[in-house]
Amino acid sequence: MEAADRVTGLDLVGALKSAALAAAIAVGLFGFVIGFRTEQIAGPLSLTPRPVLLALVVAVVFAGRFLMVLLWTARGDVLSLAPRLPDSVKPALARIGEWVAPALLAFALATPIIFYDNRYLLDLGIMVLTYVMLGWGLNIVVGLAGLLDLGYVAFYAVGAYSYALLAQYFGWSFWICLPLAGILAAFWGILLGFPVLRLRGDYLAIVTLAFGEMIRIVLTNWQSFTGGPNGVSAPRPSFFGIPFSAGDDGFAATFGLEFSATHRVVFLFYLILALALVTNWATIRLRRLPVGRAWEAMREDEIACRSLGINTTNTKLTAFAIGAMFGGVAGAFFATRQGFISPESFVFMESAMILAIVVLGGMGSQIGVAVAALVMIGGFELFREFAQFRMLIFGAAMVAIMVWRPRGLVATREPSIFLKERKTVSAEMVAEGRG
Amino acid sequence: MNAAPTILEVEHLTMRFGGLIAIDDLSFAARRGDITALIGPNGAGKTTVFNCITGFYKPTVGMMRLTHDDGATFLLERLLDFRVAQRARVARTFQNIRLFAGMTVLENLMVAQHNPLMAASGYSIAGLFGLATYARAERAAVERARYWMDQTGLTPRADDPAGSLPYGEQRRLEIARALCTGPVLLCLDEPAAGLNPRESAELNALLRSIRDQHAMSILLIEHDMSVVMEISDHVVVLDYGIKIADGPPDAIRNDQKVIAAYLGVADEEVAQVAAEVGI
Repeated sequence: MEAADRVTGLDLVGALKSAALAAAIAVGLFGFVIGFRTEQIAGPLSLTPRPVLLALVVAVVFAGRFLMVLLWTARGDVLSLAPRLPDSVKPALARIGEWVAPALLAFALATPIIFYDNRYLLDLGIMVLTYVMLGWGLNIVVGLAGLLDLGYVAFYAVGAYSYALLAQYFGWSFWICLPLAGILAAFWGILLGFPVLRLRGDYLAIVTLAFGEMIRIVLTNWQSFTGGPNGVSAPRPSFFGIPFSAGDDGFAATFGLEFSATHRVVFLFYLILALALVTNWATIRLRRLPVGRAWEAMREDEIACRSLGINTTNTKLTAFAIGAMFGGVAGAFFATRQGFISPESFVFMESAMILAIVVLGGMGSQIGVAVAALVMIGGFELFREFAQFRMLIFGAAMVAIMVWRPRGLVATREPSIFLKERKTVSAEMVAEGRG
Repeated sequence: MNAAPTILEVEHLTMRFGGLIAIDDLSFAARRGDITALIGPNGAGKTTVFNCITGFYKPTVGMMRLTHDDGATFLLERLLDFRVAQRARVARTFQNIRLFAGMTVLENLMVAQHNPLMAASGYSIAGLFGLATYARAERAAVERARYWMDQTGLTPRADDPAGSLPYGEQRRLEIARALCTGPVLLCLDEPAAGLNPRESAELNALLRSIRDQHAMSILLIEHDMSVVMEISDHVVVLDYGIKIADGPPDAIRNDQKVIAAYLGVADEEVAQVAAEVGI
């Protein structure tokens, strides 16, 4: 960007005009929301005007916009909000970037040891890792194959209910049910895949959204089988057959330890870490196999794929099935951790959250998704005290990331194979996939 | 040359889109080891013929029979689009280039070898656990990709994303990608469009070497008459979906109908015809 041919210096009139416009919009937006308050002291509802508060908010908007425009014109760069990094910093950043993944993994491995006494943090860690796994699972469908899936939570629900119901009706143990939950979810993934094969983009998103709701509504209403809104209890996990109980045959007694409820939490932590790492390993391997390359090629151009003899039907179905399988395994884990599941855990908000993690992390990027899950779920918890403003902060953070990093935290793509040197592919080249 | 058996026979091919007849009762044959050119003015139905041959359209009427060296025959109108590429081994390029822009040149060529690699990876299961058979197959696939990159002059760009290549290299990459599928018939949709004269000459040399050294047959749509007349062995001319001429390039060059279709006719000639008809 050549600063020379831009208008530099302070443009007061322009800034005032722009600020006045922003203030007018603010009056329209907040006029009724902030300007009036409904009160019901006794009898009918009455309106209390709050002109001072409204004026204050509008003044803040006016001042903010005024300063923003002044700052832009002073820098001579209107379009870009992002802070520019000098080129000399970039190699250093790349070196740091290489250490992010191992550092995160080491931190995850050490967390139960460091925070052994902090039950709250361990539980939070388990939750973050569950979303990391879900994010990585959805990343296969959305990030690699480019199929926008708004109903991913359906597979999470299928996995959770598979475990809970198999355990309830047949008394099968967690370790038998875990792969079964994955297989059943994959089966449902294929089942969803067939009708939506011909759909693309927005239409695909709508159908997957409907599918997610269908699963939840069936679970709610099939009272005799699933327990309906009352939910169903799922057995707690055992250490490969040894229960985490205070008795003589329990985990603590078997290994000569003093009984502690934390043992189970630590076990759950390492279990979900292992499951998430298996997901990651499988995704990395699959990307280097022909099927993974076909997924990415399909995201780039489906017609070209067909002209090369790739069966795009099967390729889409494998993406749906494998993504769903990991979702199902995560669901079974969720059921055993909670000990109780009900349809309320599988609402659309969950799908939106997982999709947001994938999109914010950078579609197709494994480390980006992990960081996004940590920030979104961990950050969401941090603001628990400000429960009223949580969604506001959440929304503002998402807008901020989309302004500064429109293609997610890690937007570059690593090639799956190289001849001489590995060059990352910049985000502008990579297609987002239209179904 | 004339004794060469036919590789592709198109008989009575008709394609209607609603009331529009895009191709009307077209029959022609392409001989093995020939470069057959399909030419005609804009909107003559050339790309529609290609889409029918490669399975992207199902023709309203007609038969297209492809014969392999070993005598196996395929009725292309009965195959799904990806089966035409997979079983009948017909590869194509597109008029508006369709590359996998976010993938590197090498990755583009690896995707083209999807089907053999898929089988070698044990449908991903053996490949997932890193069995040696897949590693061997992948090395062979890289070698094959490398060979075609050398032929098309793309080796220095192997690790660059396809979307960052200049136009001429993108055209060559699309041809290399089609070649990596190991086709018996290569269908090129306007490969010289947008190329400068030097690139166009290089393309001619490449197409000749494909025909002569690799015994592939080529079906070509082209606007650039210099390319067509220089390299094709056989030319089929379409106008408004109807075949108006069919023969060796020298005969086509002097065909009155072709000249009329391409250049139009002189005004006095129109007046003469109008007078004859009595308008």
